[in-house]
Amino acid sequence: MIEWLVAPLRYGFMQTALIAAVLIGISCASIGVYVVLRRMAFSGEALAHSVLPGIVVAYVSGVSLSLGALVAGVVAALGIGALSTRERLREDTAIGVVFTAMFALGVLLASRAGSYRDLSHMLFGNLLGVSLANLWLIAGVTALLLLALVLFHRELELTSYDPTHAAAIGLRPGRLRYLLLLLLALAVVTGIQAVGVVLVSALLVTPAAAASLLTDRLPAMMNLACAFAVIAAVTGLYASYYANVVAGPAVVLTCTMLFGVAATVAGASRRNRPRNAGNADPVR
Amino acid sequence: MTPYGERRWAALTTGAPALDVRELTVAYGGRVALRDVSFRLPAGAQVALIGHNGAGKSTLLKAIIGLVETPGDAIQVYGQPVRAHRSRVAYLPQRSAIDWRFPVDVGTLVMAGRYVHMGWRKRPDASDRKLVRDALACCGMTGLADEQIGRLSGGQQQRALLARALAQQADLLLLDEPYSALDAASRAALEEVLDDQQRAGRTLLLATHDLEATRDRFDAVLELHEGRLTSSSQRTVLATQQPVAPAVAL
Repeated sequence: MIEWLVAPLRYGFMQTALIAAVLIGISCASIGVYVVLRRMAFSGEALAHSVLPGIVVAYVSGVSLSLGALVAGVVAALGIGALSTRERLREDTAIGVVFTAMFALGVLLASRAGSYRDLSHMLFGNLLGVSLANLWLIAGVTALLLLALVLFHRELELTSYDPTHAAAIGLRPGRLRYLLLLLLALAVVTGIQAVGVVLVSALLVTPAAAASLLTDRLPAMMNLACAFAVIAAVTGLYASYYANVVAGPAVVLTCTMLFGVAATVAGASRRNRPRNAGNADPVR
Repeated sequence: MTPYGERRWAALTTGAPALDVRELTVAYGGRVALRDVSFRLPAGAQVALIGHNGAGKSTLLKAIIGLVETPGDAIQVYGQPVRAHRSRVAYLPQRSAIDWRFPVDVGTLVMAGRYVHMGWRKRPDASDRKLVRDALACCGMTGLADEQIGRLSGGQQQRALLARALAQQADLLLLDEPYSALDAASRAALEEVLDDQQRAGRTLLLATHDLEATRDRFDAVLELHEGRLTSSSQRTVLATQQPVAPAVAL
């Protein structure tokens, strides 16, 4: 068994891919908890899709794809933030209109510029192809993201459950929403390496959703979500190595399986101990 | 860069009323929510704000706390715009303003009353924790500090919000429907807490649509009708009450 696990690590690209998988799992799942709790799943999906034209343009002009994705991600985050404060259109409608257009533009550009293989790597990820430079970028982004989540924990938490009180004490919920969108963009850019533009929201949402079924403590939820995502990313990597399948979808399906397990466990424990017993208490 | 918008401290203006609202008009998306509202609360008063749903009670409280755009100097708190000293004003929102499913415990929720004093970098210290414990005890919530807010009953949620407002140690308390979901016993307990606050020199403005049982306990009653203060209620109040200072002066 050990031999089976260690053997692939003879290869440098597998070592890089393994470290990348762990880091990507952590960055996507930790921010993913906020995505789930603040019901921002659609924004995450939109961000991921909007990043595609940036990647393609970078590809065409010979710049680093991650850099292109990063720039496009930041622009998309600011755009989504701006759209969601307009009142004329409902937020999800406005985002839906813009991100599908961005995605279409990306595919259009890619169809002119690159081979189908390159496009499919953008769409579905290429964990085994992570370069050392990419790995550094992923590590930097993950560190920045975790630092921001720790530094602004109190403010992000408060604006999430009580934006009114937050504003009343002088916090700016709007700014913190932008911060969250920017962090989300960073996570999306790392996640794209692993599972691609199309599937990255699974990495954001599914581990966090699974964790939210098992605990109602925020730090525990983040740790559990990270653990699930890391397990899924590493499992997907090995599946890709041994079963010769594409890593991205394998990662996502492992996430889904873990979610299924979490839902089963949560369901069983709910049957044993009613979760909302407190609500039946009299007022005093 | 700090997530807090403005500075939160200002020198006190001596002798200023706790709250001074002058000719306040607030319009929301083409609809006028408050029209030409003027009143003044002396420090230490306990005043009810009544009116039907949609009369503008919540909008008035939100305007005072700075959640609603208001023209320049229409509202002064202790002689200054509210932005100048947010820590001195505590706001108890309606329960529906909060996402009760979010995973935080009661202790954390109440600690949020201390955030305005801490700013974004300072961690809670022993005195913050003591104030939170005291506020919880005051509201009969001792022992529930580690409970998730999603598991509280409606009345417990209401008392947790009160505890947060108390933990802030503000001088002016704005309470939006604090009676909601409270049974008679909790209601009496709440009134006792509010009276204690008043005795400690704090000023209270309490919005409620259900006043009949408690009208007598307030120094004054302000009534809003379709965004206007109706003078009748004030005459009644001033005629029937003998407040320390003129509780409400137009």
